[in-house]
Amino acid sequence: MSAKTGFRFLEHTADIYIAAYGKNLAEAFENAAVAMFEVMTETAKVNPQIEDYVEVKAEDEYALLYSWLEALLVKSEINEMLYSRFEISELTRTAEGFTLKAKICGEKFNPKKHPQKVGVKAVTYHQMEIIKKPDETTVKFILDI
Amino acid sequence: MLKHFILNIIIEKSLGETLMGEEGEGRPPSEKVPLERISDYVWRIPKYKAGMRVPGMIFADKGLLEKMQTDRTLEQCVNVAHLPGIYKYSITLPDGHEGYGFPIGGVAATDYEEGVISPGGVGYDINCGVRLLTTNLSEQDIKPKLTQLTNTIFENVPCGLGSRRKDFKVSIHDLDRLAVEGVQWVIDHGLGWSEDVEHCEERGCMQNANPDKVSANAKNRGLTQIGTLGSGNHFLEIQKIDKIYDERTAKAFGIEHEGQVTVMIHCGSRGFGHQICSDYLRVMERAVNKYKITLPDRELACAPGTSNEAEDYYEAMACAVNYAFANRQAIMHWVRQSFQQTFREDPEKFGLKLTYDVAHNIAKIENHKVNGEKRKVWVHRKGATRAFPPEHPEIPADYRSFGQPVIIPGSMGTGSWVLVGTEKAMELSFGSTAHGAGRMLSRAAAKRRFFGGDVRRSLEQRGITVRSASAIVLAEEADPAYKNVDIVAEVSHKVGIATKVARLVPLAVVKG
Repeated sequence: MSAKTGFRFLEHTADIYIAAYGKNLAEAFENAAVAMFEVMTETAKVNPQIEDYVEVKAEDEYALLYSWLEALLVKSEINEMLYSRFEISELTRTAEGFTLKAKICGEKFNPKKHPQKVGVKAVTYHQMEIIKKPDETTVKFILDI
Repeated sequence: MLKHFILNIIIEKSLGETLMGEEGEGRPPSEKVPLERISDYVWRIPKYKAGMRVPGMIFADKGLLEKMQTDRTLEQCVNVAHLPGIYKYSITLPDGHEGYGFPIGGVAATDYEEGVISPGGVGYDINCGVRLLTTNLSEQDIKPKLTQLTNTIFENVPCGLGSRRKDFKVSIHDLDRLAVEGVQWVIDHGLGWSEDVEHCEERGCMQNANPDKVSANAKNRGLTQIGTLGSGNHFLEIQKIDKIYDERTAKAFGIEHEGQVTVMIHCGSRGFGHQICSDYLRVMERAVNKYKITLPDRELACAPGTSNEAEDYYEAMACAVNYAFANRQAIMHWVRQSFQQTFREDPEKFGLKLTYDVAHNIAKIENHKVNGEKRKVWVHRKGATRAFPPEHPEIPADYRSFGQPVIIPGSMGTGSWVLVGTEKAMELSFGSTAHGAGRMLSRAAAKRRFFGGDVRRSLEQRGITVRSASAIVLAEEADPAYKNVDIVAEVSHKVGIATKVARLVPLAVVKG
């Protein structure tokens, strides 16, 4: 069986339950980010023309996923931006935990251009899973909307 | 003596597709929770686990209960019963469904000193709530201009992603004042009438709000979103009174006759409250380790009521509570303005009085009787409405002999309810009742079954005008995706924790 790619939306009664896949943790995290913005809009219509950088630190990989998505959500809301491309340049284990550095690209939200879906209230730890296999990593998480 | 008997209800997978994800990647099945039937509407979960400090109590009819058994609602009710210092029982209301740690549609009261406070018991959307306005107009008065009025409201009230009013921007300093003063700050800035504060829970201003306890991220999210409706299940409806059940109380609340036009606003504290919840869930995770609290689910993260962490959360939460009150106040002002622009008359001429503004997600310090003794408690209401009885000092003077108005919005396009608080609620549910319809279908399942355009047409065929920033939200919020709010109101009425005053139905819906 070939490795899964991208992400998919799973069932959850009240909120959004996502599984994102990758060859490794960084790729799964990148796809998780695309999935989160796909909840808000059609990412295919978001031109990755403005670059920004994100750096997050966390005590473990679960907290790192949480902090990564939360940092994107906060940036998106505060700067009124939508992002569609995520390149994690560094995801390393340190003495205190983990560090993630990434370049993120997108454009200003434009209601005429970007179809509106649902705003994301928060990332949650609810049913969060990180499943590592030799050639495939899956992350699962729920967004509160 | 009540005769209890154990029911072993087989979980009926009547909504099979919501239980399993594509390729079977859904959540694990719910564990079997023992239930004792007390009456047709009251069920008890005995203390069957060693860690349970109190039993669980479910207010539901058989249909609602069976739905709760298809997800983790009852397990979560059991988990909440483990909280240190919890009194009487962990309560799940008729609209209860699975949430994060705590079920949505639940109440937990813990001892002020020996107990804990938990941000999960309030939820991400702090003071998500609802306010109701009455007019002196009838359906016939409004019909010819309904579309124009709805369009005007849709233009005046920012809804959906990223929308905001250009003429209502606040500085970071203003935001701090607004977080402390709530509704009054908004009125002082020209958006509202002085009497509006009287008809808000907490008079639209919760004490002890301290903006120093709120992170820069929360404030920045709050700055761009003040005065916006948001998306998802939030909405604004122009409604009419469908049926009055309690004439005397209805009249006191400004509900005079069937066909009378009302306006309902349902929204919360936006990114400001969401970020405060996120920030403090992390603080509480550390507190759980620090104070060596044992919990069955990490999302119940909490801190002892007398700890610094509890104080910090409570003071930050109060800021979000006030932000949400202020948010609904600003939106109400633009609704009044929309009536003025549409009918070219002063809004006072149409009544447009605030009946009440009530919180659905909140933690409060209250006094309640427990086993005959008065106790100071933290009451967590997550997806629950305060339902105080007649003569309670916290009820507005003009409603005091009737009880507190309880406002329960239904799902988009269906009925909503006004109920009134009772003494029974003080006895059974720490002065609380249900808050809404509660979801039945996942959003993904709703989207597979319905299309935004069809949902719009179906509403319009029933004579309901719809304006929405997103067609997808329309499909996700389609009426069959929710439990029947009439049954929820009926259970509350039958149990007696809030009794029926009036049913309202929509004439027009504005959604994010």
